[in-house]
Amino acid sequence: MIEKGIVRKNEYHDSIVLMQISERIQRMEGVEKAAVVMATDNNKKLLENIDLLTDDVKGASPNDLVITISARDEKILSEAISKIDELLKKRVQVIAEMAAPKSLDSALEALSDANLVVVSVPGQFAGLEAKKALERNLNVFLFSDNVPLEDEIELKNLAIEKGLLLMGPDAGTAIINGVGLGFANVVNKGPIGVVGAAGTGIQEVTSIISKKLGISQAIGTGGRDLHERVGGIMMIEGIKALDDDKETKVIVVIAKSPTPKVQEKMLEVIKNCKKPVVVDFVGADVSAIGEVGVVPALTLEDAALKAIALAKGEELREVTFTATWDEIVSTAHVEYQKFISSQKYVRGLFSGGTFCNEAMLIMSRWLGKIYSNISAKPELKLDDPHLSREHTCVDMGADEFTVGRPHPMIDLSLRQLRLLKEARDPETAVIMLDIVLGYGAHQDPAGGLAPTIAEAKSIAQKEGRYLSVVASVCGTLGDSQNLEVQKKKLKEVGVIVMPSNAQAARIAALIVIRGQAKIKGD
Amino acid sequence: MAKEIFGKKLKVVNIGVQTFYETLKQQGVEVVHVDWIPPAGGDVRLARLLKKLV
Repeated sequence: MIEKGIVRKNEYHDSIVLMQISERIQRMEGVEKAAVVMATDNNKKLLENIDLLTDDVKGASPNDLVITISARDEKILSEAISKIDELLKKRVQVIAEMAAPKSLDSALEALSDANLVVVSVPGQFAGLEAKKALERNLNVFLFSDNVPLEDEIELKNLAIEKGLLLMGPDAGTAIINGVGLGFANVVNKGPIGVVGAAGTGIQEVTSIISKKLGISQAIGTGGRDLHERVGGIMMIEGIKALDDDKETKVIVVIAKSPTPKVQEKMLEVIKNCKKPVVVDFVGADVSAIGEVGVVPALTLEDAALKAIALAKGEELREVTFTATWDEIVSTAHVEYQKFISSQKYVRGLFSGGTFCNEAMLIMSRWLGKIYSNISAKPELKLDDPHLSREHTCVDMGADEFTVGRPHPMIDLSLRQLRLLKEARDPETAVIMLDIVLGYGAHQDPAGGLAPTIAEAKSIAQKEGRYLSVVASVCGTLGDSQNLEVQKKKLKEVGVIVMPSNAQAARIAALIVIRGQAKIKGD
Repeated sequence: MAKEIFGKKLKVVNIGVQTFYETLKQQGVEVVHVDWIPPAGGDVRLARLLKKLV
């Protein structure tokens, strides 16, 4: 193998374009590894992790384009570089044809009554762009991550002072006035407002609600909003805004379990709301939430269903499975009776971090220890995220998997490889997957994964085992990928498709423990 | 208050990833895409300083 690192001074391209190019180059015959990225500090760190940080690249600055390739020989290397040049040239032509303005101010000349700015430039510059927008009295959806915490606090305080929304940094999704921002699903309009610090969490809740009712607004605050130092500034503002909004009848609040101090502060605000509020602090002590008169939810699905019931004036009930218990037991039995004794573990391969977290919380009740690349417990953190250990759930959208390649919601290749790897492991019993639809996501994720799932099952079969695959699809009938079409494609290759991530986690656990427990209510 | 934007027709400026411009267009939203490049040769500190001077 030969390696080459090229630095192109002062050449900028957006991250998704570069990821798509990297992905195409990685698929070239004879290319071992390839990354085409801007030389930000974060990207350089990630290149180092995958042994692609060559000496030439070390000194590059954040506005330099970096091409690093490890290939079988010189010929392949030069072919790969030519291909990259061709793809970049094409992209430059598209932008030139658009005659796009070069700055926010010149864009505002073309659209003087703009009211929202979507920012997704590299993190170290994103704060500046967001600040410019706020100073011009524009609301901001800040998709970029790696924005310094100090900048986040400053921006959020400025937004509050000006009466504006600052969603993010690291906001994956939002739905404002029926318009999906970032990765959002096509949902119905309705009386339920959502504020969340978890991207895929908001997608799951809004998609489930949309089956029965609809969404007034969904505000993504960014994952760090509930950090002790940020103190939930935008979540509090979002809750208050929804409490005052005449279209909103019920509010749902979603976040990863905050620190006790921030949780107390949040509950104080929620307690004073005029409208009913359903709270899912994933992993939090539910009794503390219930004590202050707020409706606690056990899972994302539970939050959605309780919000629907409250909006319709129906009785609140907890749904463990949509199907009857007998149907669930029978489905599980059909699966685990085909296992051989070596098959002991569940392997969850997730594209959504919130789904990974939620699945671990649910399954650990029956399975005990679950290893993960995102485990908060150091003793359960995977030494190597590419290598599963006993029960494992992997967030494949985490940084270590996404350098120089698109997020697993866009690009299926990494998850496909991991699926086959898990299928070869004689200890794997069940593979659990999340499939996320909507704007920005892969155009046919189930269609792309189905042949791999069939291959994975066949690998296990050839070695005398049966591989069980459980999945849930997060999306709606309105999404271009279409929820029902996606579910059908998975079922056709023998996947057990559940109505939510929570239900998928429960049945996956039930199958792994060979039906030796009653999973009725959490 | 932040709810000022609720109920208004969204008009968006997109700075960064072109995909987001395309998905907003698909939804019939009026949107302008900015062909963004890093400011001041990629030096964040210099960019902040320049901003203060301006």
